[in-house]
Parts: sequence; C-alpha cells; structure tokens
Amino acid sequence: MKNDGMTFKTIQYLNEHGDLAKGYTPSVSSEIVLRAYKKMIVTRHVDERMITLQRQGAISFSMSSLGEECCSVAAAAALSPDDWIYPQYREVGAIFWRGFSIQDFVHHMFGNAKDLSKGRQMPNHFGSRDLNVVTVSSPIATKIPHAAGCGYAMKLQKESNISVAFFGEGATSEGDFHAGLNFAAVLKVPTLFFCRNNQYAISTSLDHQFHSDGIAPKGEGYGMKTYRVDGNDFFAVYDTVIKARKHCLEKGPVLFEAMTYRMGAHSTSDDPSRYRPEDEQEQWKKKDPVLRLRRYLEKQGLWDDKKERQLWEEVKDEVTAAIEVAKKTSNPSLKTLVEDVYSDIPDTLQEQYEELKQFFPEGS
Amino acid sequence: MNIIQALNQTLHQQFTKDERLITFGEDCGSFGGVFRVTEGLQEKFGEGRCFDTPLCEQGIVGFAIGCAQKGLKPICEIQFADYIFPAYDQIVNELAKMRARTGNQYTSPVVIRTPYGGGIHGGFYHSQSPEALFLHTPGLKVAVISSPKDAKGLLTSAIKSEDPVILFEPKRIYRAVKEEVPEEEFEIPFGKAELSREGNDVTLVGWGAQHHQNMQAAEEVAEEYDLDVEVINLRSLNPVDVETLTASVQKTGRCVVAHEAPKTGGFGAEISSLIMEHCFLHLQAPVTRCCGLDVHFPHTLEEEYLTDAYKVKHALLKTVEF
Repeated sequence: MKNDGMTFKTIQYLNEHGDLAKGYTPSVSSEIVLRAYKKMIVTRHVDERMITLQRQGAISFSMSSLGEECCSVAAAAALSPDDWIYPQYREVGAIFWRGFSIQDFVHHMFGNAKDLSKGRQMPNHFGSRDLNVVTVSSPIATKIPHAAGCGYAMKLQKESNISVAFFGEGATSEGDFHAGLNFAAVLKVPTLFFCRNNQYAISTSLDHQFHSDGIAPKGEGYGMKTYRVDGNDFFAVYDTVIKARKHCLEKGPVLFEAMTYRMGAHSTSDDPSRYRPEDEQEQWKKKDPVLRLRRYLEKQGLWDDKKERQLWEEVKDEVTAAIEVAKKTSNPSLKTLVEDVYSDIPDTLQEQYEELKQFFPEGS
Repeated sequence: MNIIQALNQTLHQQFTKDERLITFGEDCGSFGGVFRVTEGLQEKFGEGRCFDTPLCEQGIVGFAIGCAQKGLKPICEIQFADYIFPAYDQIVNELAKMRARTGNQYTSPVVIRTPYGGGIHGGFYHSQSPEALFLHTPGLKVAVISSPKDAKGLLTSAIKSEDPVILFEPKRIYRAVKEEVPEEEFEIPFGKAELSREGNDVTLVGWGAQHHQNMQAAEEVAEEYDLDVEVINLRSLNPVDVETLTASVQKTGRCVVAHEAPKTGGFGAEISSLIMEHCFLHLQAPVTRCCGLDVHFPHTLEEEYLTDAYKVKHALLKTVEF
C-alpha cells in the first residue's frame, strides 16, 4: 500500500479476513449489509459484461469500479434518498443502490433512445433526476463546487438533506477541488466531499500527484471536519458516512478520504500493466472489498457458496436480457441533436436542423 | 437614473417578487460590489441571499451551477470580465452543457453579470471585451447592456430565463448614461435588437458602450455630410436579431459594424457573414468592420486603440464612397 508512512489515522472495523475489530458492533442491520453486498456483485458483474461488450465492438467505451465497489455502495446506503449525489464515473454502485435498474444502465451504455442522456455522452456518464443522482460529466472535479452550491441551496431551503461529491484523488489537484472545499467551508454548507483515493489517476501514482500525507490533511487545511477510512471496509465507510452526514447537517462540510485501489484499468482505453507492478495488484486483490464482505457474511451464517452462485446466475441472466433489449432499441431521433441546447429550439438552430434533415430523410 | 441604479433597482424589485433569487460574488455582500450594483440587498434580504464569496471565479460559477440545479436562481457577479477566464471551463463545459448532457434532467439557469470594456484607463486587465469567446458556445444566451432601460429590461429577462445568461455591462458608461426608466417591471426579450436611429444610406451595427460612439458618429455625418445612417443597438448577441439586421441592410445596401474587441474572430465577422448570406444581392459595398486592433488592450494609448465616433465616422464615409 502506497500510503506507508501516512500519519493521519485510518478508520477500519472489518479486516481482510472478514473479522470485525474487537469491541466493534455494527450499527447497520444485516438486511442492509446483505442488500449492499448484492449491489456490489451487480456492479462488478455489470462492469465485466460491459468491458466484454466494448471488446466486441457493441459499445464504444467502458469504465469499471473493480475494487472500489464498497465506497459507492456503502456511502449510498448510509445516505438518505433525498441527499443529492454528484458522482464521478466510478460510482455506478451508488446509482444501483438508489434503484437504477440494470436495464436503465445498459440502455445508457448503448446511448440509445432509452438512455436518459439521449446518447449525448460517453458510456459510464449516468445520472437520474428521479434518484437525485446528478449526471456524470467527463471534466475532473468540476462537480465539486456544484455540490457545494447544491448544499447551500438545501440550507437556504431549510431541508435536512446533504449533497455529496464523489471524486478520485487525482481530482484534488484541480482548482475546482480547492474552490469547492473553500466555498463550502466558508459558507458552512451541508456537503460531504467523498474522495476515493484509489492510488492512480490513469497512470499517475500518488507520488506524482501530491506531496502531502494523502488528501485528509487538505480538509483540515480548509478548517473542515475530516475522516480517513479504509474504503474497502463496508462498516468503516457506512458508519463514518452516517457520522459525516450528521456533522454536515449540524456543523458544516466534511472531507472524507476512502483508501482503496483501482483494481482494474482506468478505462477500456488503458493498459495498467505498462505502469504498475503485478505484485502490487496481487497485494490489493487480498484486500478486495467484495471478498472481504463475503467472508464476513459467511462467518455470520448469512451467506454461502450456493447463494453466491445463485446470485451471479440471476445477475448474469438479467444483464443478458437487458443487453438484448438495448441492442434492439433504436438510436435517439435526429431531432435530439438540436433539443435541450436551450429550453426552446432557437430559430437559427431550427434552420440548421431543417438543412440536416435533407441528408437523413429517414431519420437517424 | 443611470445604469448602476437601474440594475440595482431591478435586483431589489425581483428579489422582492421571487425568493429563489440570490446574488453573490467578490465584495458583493455588505459592501454592495465594487461598482455598487448589489448595494442594499444584503441589508434588506439578509446574508443568505446576498453575500461575499472567496476570491475565486471558477468557484463562483461552479457554486452558482449547484445552487441553480437545486432550484435557486443565482445571479452571480464576476467583478471584471477580464477575470472570467478561471471560470471558463465551468461556463463552457458545465453551465452551457448542463441541460443537454443530462438529457434535460438537470438545468442551471444561472445569470452571470460582468462589467466589461475599455475607457476607464484599466489597461490589459480591466478593459477587455471577451463576448466573442462566449458566442461560440451553444447553450448560453449573451447580451450586452448599453443604457439604463436596457439594463432593467435585459436583467429582468435574464432572471426569468430558463437558460444560462451572460450579461456584459459597460462599466465605462455605468454612471455616464442617464435616462428615465419606468418603475414597473418590464422585459427586453433576448434576440430583439433596438432600431435606435432610422436612416436610408447605411446601416451601423454595435452594442454596449460602442453604441453611443455609433450614435454620435451618425449624428455627425448627418450634419456634416448629409448622410442618413440607420443605427442598430444589437443588445442580444445570442440569439441575434437576424430579422432586424437583414431588413435594415436590404434597405440601405451598406453596413458598418463596430466593436471594441479585436477585429479577428470578433462578433463583427459573424455579423458580416450573416449579411452576406441574407443580403448579398442588396449590397452596394462590402461590409466594413471598425474594430479594436488585434492587440492586448493598451493603457496609455487607450484612446488611440478605441473605436470612437471619429473612427466610426471614417468607416461610414469609406463605405458610402465605395
């Protein structure tokens, strides 16, 4: 683990063998833990299948949450459904937790007429107004000040909800990270800044990203309550997000650093074997958050091989069916090219559309 | 009433009517902004709705986007248009694209107010006219104020807009131009130019502070050369009023467009193209651009740089004599 020598304390309740720390009793019900485990499996399986689809040329691109599923699922589980989530592309688990169906997601990955973003963005740029998950955009860190603004609005509207921005450690080098945290701290907004420190920004390791003791001290620099947790530990993430949420509502923003590891490639366009050692990846496989939670559940008598096989089969079938439906769904209509640029289509754009239609008499 | 007072009155009026409205920016709180546009708002409506922000333009716009997504109506101030560039990514990649990239699920109808333009001895960094940079970005509405009435009508429209708006305010004439402004609410719709002076010989197009130089030039050539100039104050640059432009140039057969910003790639080039597309067979002379030099805005030689009435007058004569 590259955070050797880090001094800021890391909260951990569940070790890699699936044992809870002495004296720790989970505050969360077994039902929620089981549900979260299933969502992690869904996330992992969907990711695998999407990568295969990309390799087959059926979709243009894909990104995976492999090794980081716990961060998004445990955090989402600890939040209220009315809290607004500003995800990065590795928070698929959070939107699955909120109720986004596998079919919703697969439609999005195909960018077809049923994609909520109307095929306008690359795959893995999901979002849903109904689920209070703000659609992902590619620029790194731009959503951090948005989350601060959203939190401010919640405070002014006298709601008891918070906003949550998710981002990787690479994002903390962007100006928008500074802008968002500083605004949030000064204006005391109920916003949780959730950093997944997954050790790599594409190929750039921590040593080349910053010279600080990780991200946590930066939160203290902004005068903000800060936690560092083991991001592969469901109980540490869940309990600490509950605590952080309370702090957000009562006192103001929180910076949350979840220590984890991007076990997969950055995206289907990346090859991590070119920049990181095999043994490092092997070490982190032992800390796999999904495996760890499975071990815990098995020790509790809540899970076994049979249930595991059954779940994978169910998810596999659901994804297969969703892919078939998505493949048969048409592309967005030609008109969607000029819609939603403004609330109404301006005259000049309407003229351009009429010109375009001549080239596509049968639509898109 | 001057432009500052018109803006301030409009904010007070709209804040009373619509509690979703908030305003913020550097020094915008109790101080009321360096130009005093937000004066008295904090006192009257509280710190929650009118406040200072940290000195960080990308933060101001990014924060405004989040506020707007969650249902507030933020009117944020960028203290000088010269300092809007740290926020350029937020404006171009997030603000402008929000409705489209989310499939109309999330919108961010923010109003950005920003003083722009030369004439105050501001040199490189308190004088620029960067409007063209925002006209090549779909998703934004862009307007430029040139009078107290414009100020009230355009700001009111901006506040009611469901799309993001950048409102450029001519700081050079913030206090210099005065006129009666109706007390009651009124809107000047985007995409509607003002025909400020009717004429038959040549069409003169401009916006913002430049419009006043254009009016002066028109009066001078009328008196000195008996030339009848039609003057258009464009007001809204996106959407642009193609109809008014076209009707005028089809009548006069000649056109001069003047702006403070550098000539190359300026909005004058787009106006010129529109006229080519719509008025080619009516033209009796090439469209003339009377614009700033392709240089950085100067300090000492500011008067030499600016496209004042004297230069506009020459451009008109050149076009008519072609």
